[in-house]
Amino acid sequence: MSLTSLWRAATQHRLFWPVAALVALLVINVPFTPGFFEIHLKNGHLYGSLVSIVLFGSPLILVAIGMTLVIATGGIDLSVGAVVAISGALACLVVSKQADQDSVAGVLLAFALALAVALVCGAWNGLLVARLGIQPIIATLILMVAGRGIAQLITSGQIITVNSDAYSLIGGGYWLALPFSLFVVALVVVLSMALTRRTALGLLVEAVGGNAEASRLVGIRSRRIKIMAYMFCGLCAGIAGLMISSNVSAADGNNAGLWIELDAILAVVIGGTSLTGGRFHLGGTIIGALIIQTLTTTIYTIGVPTQTNLVFKAVVVIVVCLMQSSVFRAKVFGARAKRRGPAQKSPGAAADAAPQMEVSS
Amino acid sequence: MSVIDGFRTRAEGLRLLQDRRLPVLVTAGLFVLMFGFGAFRYQSYGFLDAQVFMNLFIDNGYLLVAAVGATFVILTGGIDLSVGSVIGFTTMLTAWLVEKQGLPLLLVAPIALGVGAFGGYLMGYVIHHFEIEPFIVTLAGLFFFRGLCLVISKESISITDPTVDRLAQTHVPLPGGSFLSIAAVISLAVLALAFYVLHYTRFGRRVYAIGGNEQSALLMGLPVAGTKIAVYTVSGFCSALSGLLFTLYIQSGDPLHAVGLELDAIAAVVVGGTLLTGGSGYVIGTLFGVLVLGLIKTLIQFEGTLSSWWTKIATGVLLFAFILIQRTMTGRRRT
Repeated sequence: MSLTSLWRAATQHRLFWPVAALVALLVINVPFTPGFFEIHLKNGHLYGSLVSIVLFGSPLILVAIGMTLVIATGGIDLSVGAVVAISGALACLVVSKQADQDSVAGVLLAFALALAVALVCGAWNGLLVARLGIQPIIATLILMVAGRGIAQLITSGQIITVNSDAYSLIGGGYWLALPFSLFVVALVVVLSMALTRRTALGLLVEAVGGNAEASRLVGIRSRRIKIMAYMFCGLCAGIAGLMISSNVSAADGNNAGLWIELDAILAVVIGGTSLTGGRFHLGGTIIGALIIQTLTTTIYTIGVPTQTNLVFKAVVVIVVCLMQSSVFRAKVFGARAKRRGPAQKSPGAAADAAPQMEVSS
Repeated sequence: MSVIDGFRTRAEGLRLLQDRRLPVLVTAGLFVLMFGFGAFRYQSYGFLDAQVFMNLFIDNGYLLVAAVGATFVILTGGIDLSVGSVIGFTTMLTAWLVEKQGLPLLLVAPIALGVGAFGGYLMGYVIHHFEIEPFIVTLAGLFFFRGLCLVISKESISITDPTVDRLAQTHVPLPGGSFLSIAAVISLAVLALAFYVLHYTRFGRRVYAIGGNEQSALLMGLPVAGTKIAVYTVSGFCSALSGLLFTLYIQSGDPLHAVGLELDAIAAVVVGGTLLTGGSGYVIGTLFGVLVLGLIKTLIQFEGTLSSWWTKIATGVLLFAFILIQRTMTGRRRT
């Protein structure tokens, strides 16, 4: 195979542009942070910028994986942020009530309770969407509004702090010199990939997302698939909630997981999963989540004022979406003979060259 | 589906369920019920004082304006998530221009309104011409405007300008000794204007037509593009106006003002009986939606022992109940 055809094959792979964007973002950091790629071993733990990107990005990766499956069924889940808050609040409450906060059994009980509630939240969303036929945005909006209230109800409006080494392992601890959360994320990723790509489940999810009615007529239990997707999303959000609360050893019903649903949706879109459903790419989602986390880190390290973080994200969202819109591509790139016509949404859009080409649909 | 026994009651039930005014009536009834409950329970605390009722408008005027804008968008079957951010941005921009740049409010207000309307226009343009889901475009708008708030300043700016102060303190006296604030009067005027536009102008009929069926509206020769973009422009304008009213109400600009207010606005519209699929609903229902949400807050204040998070839970429960009602209505009509 010649080099050019190899290059063409690489660029046409749907993960090429997301990966390229991620690498570009990482490389941008080097001139600002010498030794950005260095990883040290200190006290038996690995330290370094890359490790912290993965560590702080793991809740987002988890939530985004759950979101990918929900979006693949043609839905969306706005309530993940609230579920993150609920699960963290509940786990912290259970742990803080125990006499011996370090007891492993007590912490495991707290985890089990929190994850069970997260599953119930997911099932509630799934029932509203699949059984009652409510639009997903609206159905999950209910829990998004009420869920924050429930989380504050659990914590009685306070920030519950816990003092438990066992509890802080999942979100901030280390195991085998690596962040423990990395293992949790890896487990969830491997499980979900195996379940969706090694069994027919992934195909069924895509069939339901492509056309729920048609897939029902073929004999797929589309409702059940949808409910399962929402439950899985709830579970992922629940684990993410445990991580976030464990990382700071506290539960804050108001601010835990605030806006994580937006970041998760963004990660899914960057990863090449279309919001219309019917297709999903878990690998792309993980890279999308890493891109967002790296973007946040980069903004901190290169000295761009942190307050522009949100503006930056907005520009990235809109550019990625414009690139995915076939109409936009036809209007702008299809007719180069004409002037480069339709106005771009934001003034900064042109400057942002790297993530521009996530055209994988 | 056969809960109702007897053919005749079923037919009557069907007719009642198909009446498009039903959700508005239910919401109005709910408001009266809740108010009656409050009057009964907190009689000795002066709940029946006319001013308590007027305070509903004073405390929720900005929400009413934002919800009226959201009504336009939802009637076309779209959604606008940028409402809260535009409000926050407007408070920031106003506070910054008035306090730090020393511009008179008379000049700042049109600038703020213009910026909001232009933001809405851009979002509408992208939504319509590039066929991207309104949800994702306005989500980007949410990020963008909230980010712009922080770009202006990370700290809150309190407003000490005498004009703003005077406007905020002015009481519009009403018979019976109660009063309204200027913001409340403006919000009611906006409601009246929206009612006129939606029900008595061509533009209003187009909004309903597009929400009913965009394809048919296009085939009828209605200017779908212009109307859809205009609807988002209206929403942006209303959000900016709501931001100005909020500035008057709170007399400061803060990058965290009105976080999540878009959800309150959408909830008010839904509780007010507007179908989220578009094409059906009344802006007067939105008024009742806002009043019901406001009344929940008032009741919780009067109760005293309940904490503020019950507001969120109650809003969620109400939202659920009304979506169920909508679901039964549309389900019956389709089959």
